[in-house]
Amino acid sequence: MAILVGSDTRLLIQGLGRDGSFQANRTRAYGTNMVAAVHPGRDGQKFEDEVPYFSTVAKAVEETGANTGLIFVPAPFAMDAIIEQVDAGLELVVCVTEGVPVLDMVKVMAYIKDKPTRLIGSNCPGVLSPASKAKVGIIPGNIVQPGNVGVVSRSGTLTYEAIAQLVQYGMGQSTCVGIGGDPVHGTTFTDVLELFQADDETEAIVLIGEIGGIREQLAADYIKQHVTKPVVAAIAGNSAPAGKRMGHAGAIITGKAALASEKNKALAEAGVHVVESPTLIGAKMKEVLGS
Amino acid sequence: MNIHEYQAKAILDKFGVPTPRAEVASTPAEAKEIASRIGGRVVVKAQVHAGGRGKAGGVKLVDSPAMAEEVTASLLGTRLVTKQTGAAGVPIEKVMIAEALDIKDELYISIVVDGDIGAPVVMASTEGGMDIEEVAESTPEKIFRVAGDPLIGLTTYRARDIALALGVPDKSVRATTKLITDLYQVFVENDCSLVEINPLVITEDDQVFALDVKINLEDDALFRHPELAGLRDSNQQDPLEQRADKAGLAYVKLDGGRVGCMVNGAGLAMATMDITKAAGADPANFLDIGGSADQARIEEAFKIIVDDTDVEIILINLFAGIARSDVVAQGIVSAAKETKTAVPMVVAMRGTNAAEGIQILADSGLNITGVPDLAGAAVVLKAKLLELGGSN
Repeated sequence: MAILVGSDTRLLIQGLGRDGSFQANRTRAYGTNMVAAVHPGRDGQKFEDEVPYFSTVAKAVEETGANTGLIFVPAPFAMDAIIEQVDAGLELVVCVTEGVPVLDMVKVMAYIKDKPTRLIGSNCPGVLSPASKAKVGIIPGNIVQPGNVGVVSRSGTLTYEAIAQLVQYGMGQSTCVGIGGDPVHGTTFTDVLELFQADDETEAIVLIGEIGGIREQLAADYIKQHVTKPVVAAIAGNSAPAGKRMGHAGAIITGKAALASEKNKALAEAGVHVVESPTLIGAKMKEVLGS
Repeated sequence: MNIHEYQAKAILDKFGVPTPRAEVASTPAEAKEIASRIGGRVVVKAQVHAGGRGKAGGVKLVDSPAMAEEVTASLLGTRLVTKQTGAAGVPIEKVMIAEALDIKDELYISIVVDGDIGAPVVMASTEGGMDIEEVAESTPEKIFRVAGDPLIGLTTYRARDIALALGVPDKSVRATTKLITDLYQVFVENDCSLVEINPLVITEDDQVFALDVKINLEDDALFRHPELAGLRDSNQQDPLEQRADKAGLAYVKLDGGRVGCMVNGAGLAMATMDITKAAGADPANFLDIGGSADQARIEEAFKIIVDDTDVEIILINLFAGIARSDVVAQGIVSAAKETKTAVPMVVAMRGTNAAEGIQILADSGLNITGVPDLAGAAVVLKAKLLELGGSN
């Protein structure tokens, strides 16, 4: 049945500038049911002559029954877009936008704490479930194939790398989830692990972490207690120096726990199959599932 | 973004946080004049974007305006090498002349966003003047953490809790509490990523001062603080990092490496550095060209790597999601031809328009070895490094 997105996904996309429009076209071409577009000043027009534009998310939801939102608006306006989608009652909100100020995300997380909406991101590639041809985000549709491995990652392109390796070894994916590289973000590793553990279609899990924070350690604790499915993990940033931000706002070694080696250790102690090199994700999963 | 201590002090002044009397000087004569205006003993502090100044000889206590002038003359125009800088050090172009206080006790206060809690957290310790990482490691019980509320802020009673936990004299509790709540405002209203007072001092007459302040501003929020964006001092940056900043590229120069890495996506860039290291050579840089990079940005990214004299081979790893492989390939070819570089390249290209991208590279006549994936890149890189010989 996959997780988070599926054939019942009714997608609303907010922010259809150059990149947003390019991705919206790819999302539709992949097979996702995009029912509404939200962009200021285009009320009454249609995206690609087919999907109606609305000026507000609330109106779009009311008219189209959208249940999932995808955000491409520029970083200065991303907090507002997330809050607008949460207020409109969307079940799932994916914010792809990179560079959202940390203190904006701090406010967002406090605001949505008791709301029913699930947020993924900001600064994330989103979610894709190959079997139901549902994609909410920017994961390329042509690199995935349906199958039984769940993928969860803090990275974007490294997620694609992992997917490509799985496909190379003949293994498809149930759902791929990029939770994003910002230090303060919505859905966490632990949240996704819980969903994969409960998902019939998922037999095994790939977890891709990186330096910074302690979320991989929290994931290790959760796996130890609750996850019975095999997990293969890779942590990026073994070669990163301390105190320097490696692109992602959250990817910075600020203390011992933030080190790749510490995360590898915690995951290995939780029974996770930790690979030494990011080139070995596919081979390791093949070995784990083959035995 | 890092700013200088004297700039951070100006922000504290604006928010009513008490600091010792101090002014910034760009010449020895100015330093002398400021020192005589302040009177008595003063401290001369080199203004550089690096910690560890004291041990490196960048902070000196002097008894007279004449000595302030002399010490300033010896510092200005030199480069300070601390444990946080590379071997090249950072230039000293200004010094701060500050009043010397009679100190009874040194404490520590900092504020950062804790991503795992999702709120700004005030960290305090009785071990002022020490490296806080070391305190956290050896005596974690000496560090107190209090989180602010994302929507309400730091309430006064919580700030008072910190003051009491620090054991400040009864007479100083009120001033310390106010200082902590004011610092929290500094953090939030300026979108800081770090505010650190080390040390926070209690003087012999029980006054409270932020003796040394470090403020880092969050790059992603500078768009709403144009007055703070102007505080950038590019001379403190590595020249290549400076160029990357201007081009909007996430780039970090790494000491001692010889493999230039050009990658899209931070996670994949780190993974590419990791496989470089596993192949037996150190990466010369971290570089994420970003998702929607246009051709001009790709060209500048490539030129930055080529202009790094440490680079002997370039590893390009692209998995195009938002980015387009053909645009990246065009940028690489155009920049390689313009720079006339002979540095060999190993290129992996997957994702959007990858076939077109690979074709453009193959037709270019450049010294490029195409590889199908990351594992292939690791193998070819290892072979090429053997060909090149030498070691790290």
